Amino acid sequence: MCGIAGIIHRKGAADIGSEMTAMLQSLKHRGPDSTGFAVYGVPNKNEYVMRFKVAEQEDLAKGFKIHETVRERRAEVDSRLAGLGVKILEAKDATEYAFRYRIKFDGDMKQLADFVEDVESTEILSMGTGLELIKDLGDATVVSDQYKLKGFKGTHAIGHTRMATESDVDIRSAHPYWAYPYHDISVVHNGQLTNYWIMRRQMERKGFRFMSNCDSELLAVYLADKLDNGIDLEDAMRQSIDEIDGVFTYLVATSDSLGMAKDCMAAKPMVLFESDDLVAMASEEVAIRQIMPQEIDTFDPYDSEVRVWRS
Amino acid sequence: MAKLTKRSSHEQGLHTEQLTGRTQQRFFDFTEEENFLYPEAYDVDFNKRIEFDAAKMDNNAINLKLRELMSQGYGSIVVKNPLAKHSLGVGILQRLNLTFEGSLGYFGIGLIDGPNVRVTGRVGWSCAENMMSGTVVIEKNAGSTFGAALRGGDLVCMGDVGSRTGIDQKGGTILVGGRTGAFSGFMMQRGRMVILGDAGKNLGDSMYDGTIYVGGKIESLGVDAVPAEMTELDRAWLTRKLTQYGLKAPNGVENMTKIVAGKQLWNYDNLEPSEKKLIL
Repeated sequence: MCGIAGIIHRKGAADIGSEMTAMLQSLKHRGPDSTGFAVYGVPNKNEYVMRFKVAEQEDLAKGFKIHETVRERRAEVDSRLAGLGVKILEAKDATEYAFRYRIKFDGDMKQLADFVEDVESTEILSMGTGLELIKDLGDATVVSDQYKLKGFKGTHAIGHTRMATESDVDIRSAHPYWAYPYHDISVVHNGQLTNYWIMRRQMERKGFRFMSNCDSELLAVYLADKLDNGIDLEDAMRQSIDEIDGVFTYLVATSDSLGMAKDCMAAKPMVLFESDDLVAMASEEVAIRQIMPQEIDTFDPYDSEVRVWRS
Repeated sequence: MAKLTKRSSHEQGLHTEQLTGRTQQRFFDFTEEENFLYPEAYDVDFNKRIEFDAAKMDNNAINLKLRELMSQGYGSIVVKNPLAKHSLGVGILQRLNLTFEGSLGYFGIGLIDGPNVRVTGRVGWSCAENMMSGTVVIEKNAGSTFGAALRGGDLVCMGDVGSRTGIDQKGGTILVGGRTGAFSGFMMQRGRMVILGDAGKNLGDSMYDGTIYVGGKIESLGVDAVPAEMTELDRAWLTRKLTQYGLKAPNGVENMTKIVAGKQLWNYDNLEPSEKKLIL
């Protein structure tokens, strides 16, 4: 089933960490397997925040050596970053297996991503000037507390609660997905993409990498490809409705925008609230009410509808 | 107890349309007292009114509170701050005046038989699913599958409604003040649907029977949904029904479009499957 939510403040930053935590916690019944957040802080054009993991949460239960292995993988990542001329401004442990690096880098992002992810079990969760992508097993409160997300100031965010159906319960299958190799783009999705394997093979032939077998990852890669070809985000989303089969509602965020698209049958839910200050959306209105308990006017977008808002 | 006008649905002109084949239209008739006499029904007084704040209650507690109040004879109940919680007001099988001051989440007011319900906010997906009788009025918008498998009563949304409105509708009336999304009236079997605004694509797709009236534009008709001639009876019924809920057709009742089943699909073959096997 899965639950998705998004929020964008149009007049400056707010505590989107707490807001998204509250919204996603109210959607726990739609997907208790994992929870993910893509939060957008104030962008810093001169540096990136890179979030990555070197093991799955469940790997830590696989024996004494795993802790040493995790340290070795991280050291290897550090070594490769240095080899590429990446300057690490700050390195923090989010968990024992996931890390947040503030870096300076002027080179090829794809080369960096490919080189880092070549380290065994390593995945870059996100790369961005404003984007920070956090996902792990557990409900929103558990993940938010684990990664100290409450109090995170930013302009917009998207999030996801996952009910695993077609792929494993692990971090790599959790949403959001970063649109490798482009910084600051992330996607969350509720639904099933029925031409996933055909589209995935097409994308792989173009050189894109897939880290999971989750169909939702396709949306991130697909949009990244469109953007790389100079297509505007809104147009790319409109094309996705024609080219991607299945039932879906998805949200995509960039450094300054948040978009929503629904399939041609409007088979998956989405409720929207719009005001001059704020736009909030979720699979269920109950999530919006976590941040706006007062009486508000909400509505459902229709089939094939695409909307994009800017912060 | 509120008084109901003792006029049968026949007298109100609801049974004059010609139906053929195996689809025999049966309308709910409020003169049939047994519809209100479920064994667990409480004897409530419409003049006995109470309200409570549901802001800090979960959906189960709210529904249990409604039961408790009905058992105490309250016939008019106001629920404040429902905050879009799911499955509120479900399974009420008796007369009751119930008002939700705010919005409901999914599956609100489902499986009801008899109450008059008003929601001052919006409702989520599958509002009034399998409703048997009574009235439900939503003052703002509604989500998808509004009135799914509706069997009787009046289900009204003053605003816009999502996709698949009245999917598998089996009776009763759905009134929409605004527009509806794709596949409205999908596999409709009986009853009437009135859409005063625009209707999305594939309206009435695979409908077996029933009637859809549209006041605005129709994006496209579904399989086996065809336009039909508006009759005096249609116009009289529409005028009365819209007046009842304070609604108006934007271009007048006389300019509404009537959609019915073309009845060209295989299921209108009069042969039973076993008979068909013999022939084929």
